[in-house]
Amino acid sequence: MPFIANTDQQRQEMLELLNTTMDGLFADIPEELRCGELKLPTGISQQEVQEYIGELAKKNKTELTCFVGGGFYDHYIPAAIGALVSRGEFSTAYTPYQPETSQGTLQAIYEYQSMICRLTEMDVSNASLYDGGTAIYEAVVMALASTKRNKIIIDDSVNPIYRKMLESYTTNLNIELVTTKNNDGMANRDELKAQIDDKTAAVVVQNPNFFGCIDDFTDIAELVHANKGLLIASCYPTALGILKTPGAMGADIVTGEGQCLGLPLSFGGPYLGFMATTKAFMRKIPGRVVGRTKDVHGNDGFVLTLQTREQHIRREKATSNICSNEALCALSALIYMSLMGKEGFKQISQLCADKASYAYKRLRQIEGVTPRFGAQWFYNEFVIDVPGNAAEVVNKLIEKGFAAGFPLSRYYDDMDNSILIAVTEKRTKQQIGMLAEALEAVI
Amino acid sequence: MKLIFDKSVPGRCGVMPAKSDVPTSVNLKPELLRNQDAQFPELSELDVVRHFTDLSNKNFGVDTNFYPLGSCTMKYNPKVSELIASDTGFANLHPLLPQLRGGGMLTQGALQVIYETDMQLREITGMAGFTMQPMAGAHGELTGIMIIAAYHRANGNKKTTILVPDTAHGTNPASAAIAGYSVKTVPSNKDGVMDFDALQEMMDDEVAGLMLTCPNTLGLFNPEIKRICDLIHSVDGLVYYDGANLNAVMGKVRPGDIGFDIVHLNLHKTFATPHGGGGPGAGPVGVDEKLLGFLPVSLVVKRDDGTFALEYNREKSIGYIAPFYGNFAIVLRAYAYILMLGKEGCLRVSENAVLNANYIKERLKGHYDLPYRQVCKHECVFSAGNLLTKYGISALDIAKGLIDAGFHPPTMYFPMTVREALMVEPTETESKETLDKFCDAMIDLTEIAKNNPEQLKAAPISTPVGRLDEATAARKPNISYNCPLCG
Amino acid sequence: MAEQGLKYTESHEWAKIEGNIATIGLTDFAIEHLGDIVYLELPEAGDDVTAGTAFGTVESVKAASDLNSPLSGKVTEINEELPDNLETLQNSPFAGGWLVKIELSDASEASKLMDCDVYEEYLKNQD
Repeated sequence: MPFIANTDQQRQEMLELLNTTMDGLFADIPEELRCGELKLPTGISQQEVQEYIGELAKKNKTELTCFVGGGFYDHYIPAAIGALVSRGEFSTAYTPYQPETSQGTLQAIYEYQSMICRLTEMDVSNASLYDGGTAIYEAVVMALASTKRNKIIIDDSVNPIYRKMLESYTTNLNIELVTTKNNDGMANRDELKAQIDDKTAAVVVQNPNFFGCIDDFTDIAELVHANKGLLIASCYPTALGILKTPGAMGADIVTGEGQCLGLPLSFGGPYLGFMATTKAFMRKIPGRVVGRTKDVHGNDGFVLTLQTREQHIRREKATSNICSNEALCALSALIYMSLMGKEGFKQISQLCADKASYAYKRLRQIEGVTPRFGAQWFYNEFVIDVPGNAAEVVNKLIEKGFAAGFPLSRYYDDMDNSILIAVTEKRTKQQIGMLAEALEAVI
Repeated sequence: MKLIFDKSVPGRCGVMPAKSDVPTSVNLKPELLRNQDAQFPELSELDVVRHFTDLSNKNFGVDTNFYPLGSCTMKYNPKVSELIASDTGFANLHPLLPQLRGGGMLTQGALQVIYETDMQLREITGMAGFTMQPMAGAHGELTGIMIIAAYHRANGNKKTTILVPDTAHGTNPASAAIAGYSVKTVPSNKDGVMDFDALQEMMDDEVAGLMLTCPNTLGLFNPEIKRICDLIHSVDGLVYYDGANLNAVMGKVRPGDIGFDIVHLNLHKTFATPHGGGGPGAGPVGVDEKLLGFLPVSLVVKRDDGTFALEYNREKSIGYIAPFYGNFAIVLRAYAYILMLGKEGCLRVSENAVLNANYIKERLKGHYDLPYRQVCKHECVFSAGNLLTKYGISALDIAKGLIDAGFHPPTMYFPMTVREALMVEPTETESKETLDKFCDAMIDLTEIAKNNPEQLKAAPISTPVGRLDEATAARKPNISYNCPLCG
Repeated sequence: MAEQGLKYTESHEWAKIEGNIATIGLTDFAIEHLGDIVYLELPEAGDDVTAGTAFGTVESVKAASDLNSPLSGKVTEINEELPDNLETLQNSPFAGGWLVKIELSDASEASKLMDCDVYEEYLKNQD
């Protein structure tokens, strides 16, 4: 039997010591509750399972040239990450409840927290959350609790998937969730200003937003602060290699999806939610937090800290129910940022902007293709309008070997002709040229 | 101890970015740019590899040490599952592809994995359908509570209370509370399981549901479990099965058959996906027939032609709880594991998990207080109360002493119903030899407690650091290195 | 040891009533049970408090407790220095370690609180 060490003889010896039988060990389960034999196939060997699932993997079309983003990107992943995170000392450990046996994990989390603070220019970070969407939800809960108010305003230029998640999570809570409609691809200043009031717990915005447009939320931060509310900013870490940080804009809580920091797309997960905040909200942040301290001999060491916020101590009064987070993904992100370093990270960030800018210019040369929005600054993703139905156009491009972009009609009523196109450092000038030719051919 | 930031040497880079092949560099408006570079360390690839290899050597993991952390099911994680998850056919698959027109056909392999895992988990639990989306056990709990709320709302009821036992994991009350419920705690009886009479007294129309771990966190199976489910159902409440301890009963009993309405499973526990130092895990949620409509969007369905598709248009659904299909690469590992186990394997898992726990209980019962002496399931809970009274040695001291003996300590001070608790879960993947060594070490520690308690108070001495000052860490938190804003 | 002349709650707060103003603190028993206190969260002056409900929290490394107000009223003053000098709470719970002062809205509530002797008796049944 795979993965079970005891031999039949050992089992017998153990049962003899216990003076019972295997059935005896389960005698506390009433007979009428027992199930019969499970209707599963007989177990198969390691070799067979690898072959069988390998065939399933081949049914996935990963060979398409990928221009789909939407918050989840096809970035290059340096080889050292996989080699390091697959070390059993990291991957087969658990939450570092015993600090003396977990200094590796704890120091890594402390370094990760420090790295996230440097990336976002915020004071403190937690040890990770599940993903960028649940991170927004957790930030909203934190804002509701901190301000004791119940109104949340979110602009529809925030990732629509995250907005749908927030709607689900707040259904049973007594809150007013207001969505403002973007103005030509940017967070809608007029509507936001009209909505922010003394009931407002937080305003939620995203930079670059779902359409790839770059914004500066300093004015919104000032406005919401004047009303004693908070600014929650969701952001894209790769972009922060060059873009103005949420910290510099005055955000109170920063969230985002860390998949771009060395994690594979893996059909949706596991990913990495991150969260950072200001010193003022340090004791309100959800999830694990690692702190640096001294041991009995005066040596530096690390521990889980501020634990009284958490479910295992405060139970129904905890700031969040999170227990397992995405520690190994946070480790991947830490190693990614360490490998890239100050210069490399900035260069990758700039490269994504450059390639997107090139693709935008190239695609605009096609007759019938128009930019969706006015003269906005965009990062590595942009929206074009095509003649005819965008979903149809993207469908035709699949046959030509491209995942050409994301048709926006799925989430926006008035965008039947619009495609959201993402370009990462992995896309080449040649691939962009081929996409342009293919697009020209199908429209 | 040096941090990675301390090792930085200006001018180094661990990865050379690809050369730009586009003609121009875009100049964004200066006001939109950050005014100083992100202060990441500058290191060579070897610097980085050595730093993290050094860190890894400061950890205990299942691969290096026996890790009987109660309620966490730290079993061996097969290496073949890692290989399967890293197959580029899965790893490079963009989750938005199926949302393109005709895109479902681009991801048939991945959709089949989700569909078949759903079928496996249905059979193992007796539930009618699963969502793979919850990204951890606690996330599954929240999803389950949201389903409970949606069910009552659909029936025109507004119930306000969720019941949890006093032995519950902290996530249970926390999940219920953040979903908007008030939480009431049901006491245990003298046998360590939920007190049925007390439960009966707490029943009223406000009870929306009960969350229960079965066997509970003391490793005890409640023989009255069926009556409990019936009682909750009698006020139209729903019963939630916290699957943290499924490893104890897999193949023996199915929560769906008992009468549970909602189940979450921790794939990182029962189905051997790596715990990762605290995640990522996965917490699929299964429901009975009447709750199928409330499961989150999307669900994978099998069409008549044998292809797989995602179903989004589900009127009663609680909506999106994850961006896509959950922690897919974790689900994939669990799928591989269940294929390897098969029906016999599932049964062998629980039998050996329970045998190993009872073996430890038997060997140690004369040496440590055993508050509940009946047969246990996958874990057993001792108390160091006698050692504390006699020699001033606490559960914490025993835990630290075990580290010097080369073992990861059990869960301490939980469940809260046991004083000085030490909660041991050996799992089925450990051998009798390992269990014997562990028991010998535990018995040795009682001798040391008696003869040389100072040695235990000073433990551990074999680790990179000794006991740490947690009070100062919490009083004056240093949680970010040289943060430019913290000063 | 609890002090004479003060009023006590079952959740181990004390109140010293002087005219219309009550000074609120935490008893030595509560503080010993919490262990090393690491954090204290107090309300702001001007906040309303209600008898029997939380007005703040006190945390040790492994526990967190609500601070329940013995009486109802409006907070007039808080012990500003205390959160940064937690040792005062530990060294002088009945004097320098006071938490807040409140202006009472219903002085009759005091009759529901325990006197020192009753509280001492109550403590004998606590573990």
